[in-house]
Formats: sequence, C-alpha cells, structure tokens
Amino acid sequence: MAKYRNTIGDTSGDKVFLAGVMVVSTLILCIVIYPLLYVLSASFSSGDAVMNGRVYLFPVEPSVEGYKMVFEDQNILTGFKNSLIYTFLGTMINMVMTTLIAFPLSRKKLPGRQAIMFIVTFTMFFSGGLIPTFLVVEKLKMVDTVWAMVVPTAISTFNLIIMKTYFENSIPEELGESAALDGCNNFRFLLSIVLPLSKPILAVLVLYYAVGHWNQYFNALIYLRSNERISLQLALRNILLANQISSGGSDSGGFGEVAKVGLTVKYAVIIVSSIPVMILYPFIQKYFVKGVMIGAIKG
Amino acid sequence: MQINSTALKKIIIRKLGVITVYSTTNYSPGKRQNFFIHAFKEHWQLYLMLLLPIIWYVVFLYVPMYGIQIAFRDYMPSSGFLGSEFVGIKHFQRFFESFYFGRVLKNTLSINFYSLVIGFPIPVIFALLLNEIKYNRYKKLIQNITYLPHFLSAVVIVSVLQLILSPDNGVLNMILSSIGMEQKNFLAVPSYFQHIYVWSGIWENMGWDAIMYIAALSAVDPALYEAATIDGASRFQKIRHVSIPCIMGTIIIMLLLRCGSIMNIGYEKILLMQNSLNMDASDVISTYVYRSGILGAEYSFASAVGLFNSVCNFALLIFANTMAKRFGKTSLW
Repeated sequence: MAKYRNTIGDTSGDKVFLAGVMVVSTLILCIVIYPLLYVLSASFSSGDAVMNGRVYLFPVEPSVEGYKMVFEDQNILTGFKNSLIYTFLGTMINMVMTTLIAFPLSRKKLPGRQAIMFIVTFTMFFSGGLIPTFLVVEKLKMVDTVWAMVVPTAISTFNLIIMKTYFENSIPEELGESAALDGCNNFRFLLSIVLPLSKPILAVLVLYYAVGHWNQYFNALIYLRSNERISLQLALRNILLANQISSGGSDSGGFGEVAKVGLTVKYAVIIVSSIPVMILYPFIQKYFVKGVMIGAIKG
Repeated sequence: MQINSTALKKIIIRKLGVITVYSTTNYSPGKRQNFFIHAFKEHWQLYLMLLLPIIWYVVFLYVPMYGIQIAFRDYMPSSGFLGSEFVGIKHFQRFFESFYFGRVLKNTLSINFYSLVIGFPIPVIFALLLNEIKYNRYKKLIQNITYLPHFLSAVVIVSVLQLILSPDNGVLNMILSSIGMEQKNFLAVPSYFQHIYVWSGIWENMGWDAIMYIAALSAVDPALYEAATIDGASRFQKIRHVSIPCIMGTIIIMLLLRCGSIMNIGYEKILLMQNSLNMDASDVISTYVYRSGILGAEYSFASAVGLFNSVCNFALLIFANTMAKRFGKTSLW
C-alpha cells in the first residue's frame, strides 16, 4: 500500500530542472574559484614550472621560492608596513568621523537635521571631481604625507547613511529620553548606550572601511610621491605591471630590479597582499548581508 | 558647601535642559530668532559633534565643488581658484573639438552599455538560480565564494587577469595551444578589451550584486509557491510567475539606478588595464581626465572634461530618478 504523503512531489520535469540548476551553479562555482586557486597554486610552484605553463590546478614542483623573494623585497616590506598604518589610522578616523555625524543626524528632534542631511546626500550625486579635489589636497600641503591617504576619505556618505539608518531603526527615541532623565548627556549616551548596542553595524563598517583603505591604490598613485611612503597596492602595481607594455607614457613606470623578479614572485605577491583581507573575511562575513540591506533602505 | 552648591547648580541646569526639551514642542513658530537660540541651547552637544564632520564636508567636498569654476578659467596655482583669468568656455570648446572627444565618449558609453546589458541580468539570474538550490549548506558555500572576489583590490584583479591572459605563459594561452588554437596577446588587442573588462567585472561582482535579489527572494511569501504547486505549476513556471513578479520592484529600481551611472567609470581598474596597444578601446573620460590633469598638469582643461562628465551623470541620475518615481513608485530622495 502506498504511503500517504501530504506534500506534492517533484515531477520528472522538475527533477531535470533541479539537476540543471545544480550543474549550472557548480559550473559557476568552478569558474569563480578557478582563477583564485590557480594563483594560489602557481605561487607555490617552481618558477620553471610556471614559466613553461605546466601549472593548471595543483602546484607543480612545490617551492616557497616566490615567497622568500617577496619578503626580501624592500619596496614590498615598506608598502606592507605603510598600508597597515594607512589602514589602521584611516579606519579609526573613518569610524570616529562617521559616528560623530551619523549619531546627531539620527536624532529626529534635532533642528536643522534635514538641511544637513541634504548637504550630505547631495555630495553622493554631484562632486567637484578629481582635479579640484586634488588641488584642495595639494593646497592643504597634504601631498606625500600620511594625511593624504586618510583625511580626504574620512567619511563615506554611503556608510554614513547605513550607520544613521541603523541608529534610527534600532535605538528608540525613548531610550535617549529616559537616559536624559537619568542625567545622561549626549556624549555619554552615545558612548555607553548607542555604540554598545550597534556592534553589528560597527563591524560591517570597519570591514568596509578597512578593506577600502587596504585596497586603495588610486589615491596613493596621485597623492604619494616618495618611495618610503609607498603603499602596498602601489608597490604591487609597480612589480606586477612593470613588464607590461608601458601605458602610453602615463606613469613613472616600474622599478629597475623588477625585470629580474621571477614569475612566481608575482603570484606570491598577489597572495601576500590579499591575506589580511582574507583573514578578516570569515569573521565579519555573517554581517555582510545585513550591511547591504540596511544600506538599501532609503536614508 | 561650595562643592554642594555647584553640584546642585549642575543638577538644576540638567533638569532645566530636560524641561526645555518638552517646552520647545509647543514653541510658537513666530519667533524664529528665539527658536534658533533655544535649539542650540538644547542640542549644543549634538551640534558640537557635527562640527568636525561638517567642516570636513565643506573642505573636501564643497570647496572642490566651488573650485569647479577653474574649468572656466586659466588656473594658475599661485592665484588660486578665484584669482585666475576668466576664459569662458574655451576649455570645453577645445575638448569638444579634440580628437579624443569622440573616442572617450564612445568608449565610456559602449563599455557602460555593455556592462549594463550583460552585467545587469546575470546577478538576477544568479539569485534566482541560488533560490532554487535546496541544500542550504551548498547554497551558503556558493554565496560565500562568489562574494570573495568583491573584496580583492583592483590591482590584484588586473594582475590576475594579466597573468592568466599573458601571451607567453598565461594559463589560457596554454590551454588554447594544447587544443590546437592560436595563442594571442589578449590585452593588447583593442577589440578584446571591452569583453575582458566587462566579464572580469562580472566575475568580481556577480555574487555581491545578487545579495539584494537574494534578500528580496527570501521575503517572498511561501504560500504563493504552495498555491502554485497545488495548481500544478512546474519549478520553472514558479520562477516565471511567482519569483520574478515578486522581485520585479527591486529589479526595476536597481536597473534605473544603474542607468543613472551610465556615464560613470571608476578610475582604478580601467587605468590598470590600459596600455598603449589597447588605448583605442580603453581610453574613457575618467582616464582622460587623469592623464591630462594629474599627469599633464592641465588643471583647467581636465576640470572642464570632468565637469562635462559630472553634469551628464547628474542629468542621467535625475532622469532615472524621475522614471523610478513613475514606474517603481520609489525614489532616491
């Protein structure tokens, strides 16, 4: 006797469809992951094997030669150190500044809130553009200093709106009122009540900002001049793109020793520069979607 | 005694502060002057917090906006934004008449249009596909891996591209030659440039862009699917008649927003991918601004080009927003 089921099973057509879905999604997974795996494998292979194109998926003649050379390269070491500084300092400035503006703007009773909000959001749609901004930074004597890397990007309006929306939705107005009745001023309210209640969004924004600083290369390219200020991404670019056909005489080109640097070094450098982000990734990954969704709500 | 009285005073001030919170709510709107003083007294702490960020906004975003006027002047670093000689639309004229105008405009539009046509539907399809996967852990795995490239830097992405596409020992050419096809220097051929740019962009952002749709799909009422199942709908029909109509609002809004930035290409990736051989296909407005302004130090001319781009962008955005209001029943502001 057939067992009674209270669900409707998949028809054979549906089964084919589902199988198709699985095949296609697995294919996508492979396509996305292959370049990453390839770079990882090539970085652990011998220069000879990479040169002759014998690496396809797994390391051939495993070696850490590439990594050894990476850690002997002065420019990369300086870049790594500088990028850590820029990222750390920059993210701190970002978080302080963003909180300082997001919190007052989230207080619905603040007179002038709408006007400030307009001033802020308008910059998302219209900006002075590259050249006037560059000239301002130059006038402030920030070119070729740490400040050029951290101050002009102190607030991202998009992140500010994410934070403000979070404050508005998760910190009720009444909480502020009752804190005020207990004699708590706004600074104290922000530090001891609002921020501890907003840890998920702070984590998301730290990730966004830190990754942004770590991956930043265009600002480094236009604002940094001297070799000892070089950021990791800039050092990377000089090594990786050095023996590419020079781009229309557009830049200072690579460094002299670059031509000698073997092919595995390039792969190793890519891995080394991506490691900090990849370490951060699993910890904050669960908050990603939340951050994107909050950002999507109209500010 | 002394201490006690100051403490008492503080408490009184605090309590008064709280009391004024309530008194302003029925404050007569006639006396504007008093209103501002009151508002400031009540909220001075909040205004104090705002001070630094507002200064930052003015200095780093509004001063440059004010500085756009150098597009209409011959900028001299010594005489500043205002002091330089006014030349009207000279720089715009030079741009419109130059050889580069047609090239950068064509490339900017075609790259963006291409990535819109290909890059927009793929995350939607990807989200629909993921939504059909029943094994939650596998779904999570795919999601997490496809988000990953979004967090790599432009330098890394372009480096990976160059290594893989390298004419001498890139893995793609190795595969091509092993199946008997001719090896090519992909990045040096102008006609390949846009394909490489757009498809690597899809590789980078497909997973990330799908987040919005995945979230919209997870909000669809399961009762709709159940009803469809009872009516005998196949999986594909459920996608066609339940899933897609349910996320149509999100799709339209995202599409219109994307249309608003059709004149906009970031500097980073394209600048890195550019070389003298593919320049015909890779030169866009933003790289042209960089080249003439930062490298060539023609500040006024480059500002004019940049301003032309910003104005086009702004107009497109307003147009897209109007459309969104009309059809999507939503808007940006």
